[in-house]
Amino acid sequence: MNALAVADSGRALARRKARRRLTARPLSVIGLVGVVVVVLVALLANWISPHDPTLPNFGQVLAPPGAGGHLLGTDQLGRDVLSRLFYGSRTTLVAGVLATVLGTLVAVPIGLVAGYFRGWTDVVISRLVDVVLAFPFLIFAVGLAAILGPSLRNVVLALGVAQIPGVIRVVRGEVFAQRELEYVQAEVVNGTPTRTIMFRHILPNVLNPVVVQTSLAVPATIVGAAILSFLGLGVQPPTADWGTMLSDAENYLGQAPWLGVFPGVAIFLTTLCFNLFGDGLRDALDPTAR
Amino acid sequence: MTRLVLYRVGSALITLLLASIVVFLAVRALPGGPAEALSAESNDPAVLKAINHKYGFDQPLVPQYFRWLGQAVTGNFGTSPNSGLSVSSTLLNDLPVTLELAVLALLVAVVIGIPAGVLSARRPGGALDSVGSTGALAGLSIPHFWFGILLILGLSVELKWLPAAGFVPIVPDPLGNLEHMLMPAVVLGTGIAAVVMRQTRSSVITAMSSDYVRTARAKGLSEWDVIGHHALRNSLITVVTVIGLQLGALIGGVVTVEQVFGIPGVGKLTLDSVYDRDYPTLQGVVLLTALGYVVTNLIVDLVYSVLNPRIRVAGGAQ
Amino acid sequence: MSETPPLLSITDLHVRFPSPEGDVLAVGGLDLEIRPGEMLALVGESGCGKSLTALSILGLQPPTARVSGSIRLSGQELIGLPPKQLRDIRGKDVAMVFQEPMSSLNPAFTVGRQVDEVTRRHEQLSRRAARERSIELLDLVGVPEPARRAGEYPHQLSGGMRQRVMIAMAIACSPKLIIADEPTTALDATIQAQVLALFEKLRADFGSAVLVITHDLGVVAEIAERVVVMYAGYKVEQAPVHPLFAHPRHPYTAGLLGAVPMLGAIGETAVLTEIPGTVPVFADVPEHCPFVSRCARAQPDCHEAFPARHATGPDAEVACVHELEVVSS
Repeated sequence: MNALAVADSGRALARRKARRRLTARPLSVIGLVGVVVVVLVALLANWISPHDPTLPNFGQVLAPPGAGGHLLGTDQLGRDVLSRLFYGSRTTLVAGVLATVLGTLVAVPIGLVAGYFRGWTDVVISRLVDVVLAFPFLIFAVGLAAILGPSLRNVVLALGVAQIPGVIRVVRGEVFAQRELEYVQAEVVNGTPTRTIMFRHILPNVLNPVVVQTSLAVPATIVGAAILSFLGLGVQPPTADWGTMLSDAENYLGQAPWLGVFPGVAIFLTTLCFNLFGDGLRDALDPTAR
Repeated sequence: MTRLVLYRVGSALITLLLASIVVFLAVRALPGGPAEALSAESNDPAVLKAINHKYGFDQPLVPQYFRWLGQAVTGNFGTSPNSGLSVSSTLLNDLPVTLELAVLALLVAVVIGIPAGVLSARRPGGALDSVGSTGALAGLSIPHFWFGILLILGLSVELKWLPAAGFVPIVPDPLGNLEHMLMPAVVLGTGIAAVVMRQTRSSVITAMSSDYVRTARAKGLSEWDVIGHHALRNSLITVVTVIGLQLGALIGGVVTVEQVFGIPGVGKLTLDSVYDRDYPTLQGVVLLTALGYVVTNLIVDLVYSVLNPRIRVAGGAQ
Repeated sequence: MSETPPLLSITDLHVRFPSPEGDVLAVGGLDLEIRPGEMLALVGESGCGKSLTALSILGLQPPTARVSGSIRLSGQELIGLPPKQLRDIRGKDVAMVFQEPMSSLNPAFTVGRQVDEVTRRHEQLSRRAARERSIELLDLVGVPEPARRAGEYPHQLSGGMRQRVMIAMAIACSPKLIIADEPTTALDATIQAQVLALFEKLRADFGSAVLVITHDLGVVAEIAERVVVMYAGYKVEQAPVHPLFAHPRHPYTAGLLGAVPMLGAIGETAVLTEIPGTVPVFADVPEHCPFVSRCARAQPDCHEAFPARHATGPDAEVACVHELEVVSS
């Protein structure tokens, strides 16, 4: 049995064990359930929202929760808070998850290349990564907003780019380690083309740390998206978005404190669920890390 | 050791240089071209042409860059079309405020995070640990600007203990300054405290199962000595690294927190300059942030080298 | 039989690791005595429970281990002793030298500081007095330039020197018993001899008893006065060193010595030979001899009951039903 097959079968066994460990912890299962709920809400917002999220209703401005068929009250334009919360989950998920996934997809090949070829390729890539890192994502988002104007697309772009350095680092580090292992040396001696080695053989082994990194990144990206829209750099009114709802609420804290509470709760719970699930995922994939 | 320092500093300089090129090109990419952006005046072609000539925007890119770089290095970032003041003077004004906020936040993070992590590590899975770990998870998941809003709702609107927004300089009125800075610092520090707590906990737990901790116990040292000195000292290295990694989050957080609490620091300046299309200021802020970020990372790197004796004192034998 | 009361008296020591897949009995019913000033060697393959026994004396066994039985130090029961009192004993009355000097020393503190700690803890010495004392100790254990070395970090010292530092930490308060767990395994042969000579010197100068845990019979031959042989968590033989080497009774001991169990000139270095098979793991005291699966001399009645121990001479005993005969010429 050659070294490669051994590595493959080892991986399959590890995956099975990991799956068992994942479902064993109640907290991470709760997290998973929460994530699923949010996704469902986002998908079904059309059907489950009691009111139109963007249509103003000046007769029912700033109604407290429970008044007149509005479970969570209305905002300064009379719009139903609950419906806006449901619709707001879409922008949150799109920004958080999509940005992370895109950033990861871009970063993985770069990390592979940097880790495998080392030398000058690696030096150049590392310097570029450092430059990207020199701009905290907020500054980068601010810059993008200045050049291209605020929009959801820019939020995704800024957050996606912010993911890249982290993922590159993780992938690069893992590739360093994998490169020295026997099964890679065996393939090199066999004359397997480099591209095949990198993508067919090394890549699957790199995935674990990438998944871990992603699980850490998604909650942070979600919060990042909320921050950006809170600051007015992202989604523009009248689109419902948890961040913008909070920034609107700032002006009415005295009169309508609930406006400042519910969107935040939504962000908090979503982030918490992703965090719990991510924790469980990390424990399942690498129990020694705890 | 000196070679290491030189290498790190050199890397940082290269990064800064590359970052400056990025900013330079970005300004050129602003809508309407740099002339319109930097002058914010009318679209009168004659005026624009004059500005282009005056600032050298009509020259080829490379010499332009070096002129610009030269100006930036000497601290000349131009004048804000909105306030009429020089950008560098505004920056110098606002920077200390932000620095104070950042320092206070880090203080909160360390004072809460490290002891919480140590107490949790002492008995993993125990009562204290459950409380601590849950708290950390909550701290990580709370968007800090919402936390700020909640605090304002609670402490300012309802209880009226602390002012909701605004700022008082520390020099004439340290108490007032603290009143205004307390909530922002707590909000900013909590997220970082959560990360610090988790990292401390995990590092100390690992250290506790090490051989040298067993030796320390065999010498009859008290649990406090064992955890607080032997285990913690070795954990500090990772904790410091983690704090360093959080600096990016800190900078991002500063912007929002200053916005929510109305603190006139660099963060608020950044946002205002975007809203007001005050591009000279924006350019200055971005450059400053990049500089600050690179420098702080460099410092963290060097502190790490100092803390780790294996690097500080190169091994002699074997 | 000795007249002086033993310094350390272990009676019926059991160390058990409970686990969902089944308990593991790592040490089953061990009886051991150490007399004041004695040099006792505890010998056996890895996994036979000797390190665990040593750790249990000071209460340093892994947290998952369940210890029962009795361990008495000068009459005081150690098992179940409140932690505070146990800590007073550790490092002062009983000290331990561990196997891996690199990982057993804290890499973040200077060597001197780690030796200081012992005297500052137990004798409340001031910082300066403790440092002076530490330098003396380092000198005593043979560390050259002790004053300079005290300010260095573990990674700057060689393996042999680190081991000496560990020994300095152990003798700082002149303990009555020094437990050395594989003190020479991680060292070169030349350094080994020096470290062993050091133990002998310390015993002569301070009168401490030394319990040496080892699997290396060369070490045993070099310094031990009395030997206890363990197998799979049980004591199988015990004897003064010369008789043990000359005519081992238990087939396992004979196997360890790798010599024909008839005659062996004293002074030849014994070599550890491989006994086929591996050390078994028991969940409880077995109903047969623990060595039976690997014993070349096994008989049917070896499978029927756990062999009782009986004396074979002054200070010697063996747990075997068909022990080796002594043939004197």
